[in-house]
Amino acid sequence: MTIQLTHFSAATVFALFASIVFGITHRETTREMIRYGAYCFAMFLAGAIAAGWVMWLLRR
Amino acid sequence: MANSTTEKGEAAAPVSMTSVIAPAVGWLIPGAGHVMQKRWIRGLLLFVSIGALFVLGLMMQGHIYKANGGDILDILGFIGDVGAGGFYIITLAMDWGQGAIAFATADYGTKFMIVAGLLNFIAVADAYHIAIGKKQ
Repeated sequence: MTIQLTHFSAATVFALFASIVFGITHRETTREMIRYGAYCFAMFLAGAIAAGWVMWLLRR
Repeated sequence: MANSTTEKGEAAAPVSMTSVIAPAVGWLIPGAGHVMQKRWIRGLLLFVSIGALFVLGLMMQGHIYKANGGDILDILGFIGDVGAGGFYIITLAMDWGQGAIAFATADYGTKFMIVAGLLNFIAVADAYHIAIGKKQ
């Protein structure tokens, strides 16, 4: 069974699961885990989008 | 038995069977090291997250690395993959993930599996810290 994800879908899925693990392992309390996980998720996605635009600029 | 003081000034528990077994079980089954220390939700979330990354990587036809003496990237790929523990063992046993990386999503799949293994290493370290009392 195979699955085809778009580039953005793959980045989002990756960011989601990696952020969950980071939140759990890098913070102590539940509230801090959720906040840090959400922060990591935002940074992953923002970083991917920013990197994409930088590559577009370089290509141009 | 050695005692160490953490940054927060709390003494860590001496080395115990749990501090050996929890990381080992946590490597074999992602999240199990947390579950056996009664951190049920954390363990379940770790299992789902790491497992989903690995399985999605396989479904995207990613390549699984075996033990090798090849170039450094192959060796690093193997180290990452082996971190997934039981998922890696089952994948090798079933001879999955042996295709060539022929298109972009397969490359993503390869990276998904490597990252799943690396994240499990982090989870194993977390289970160890809980076992020695360095973390709640």
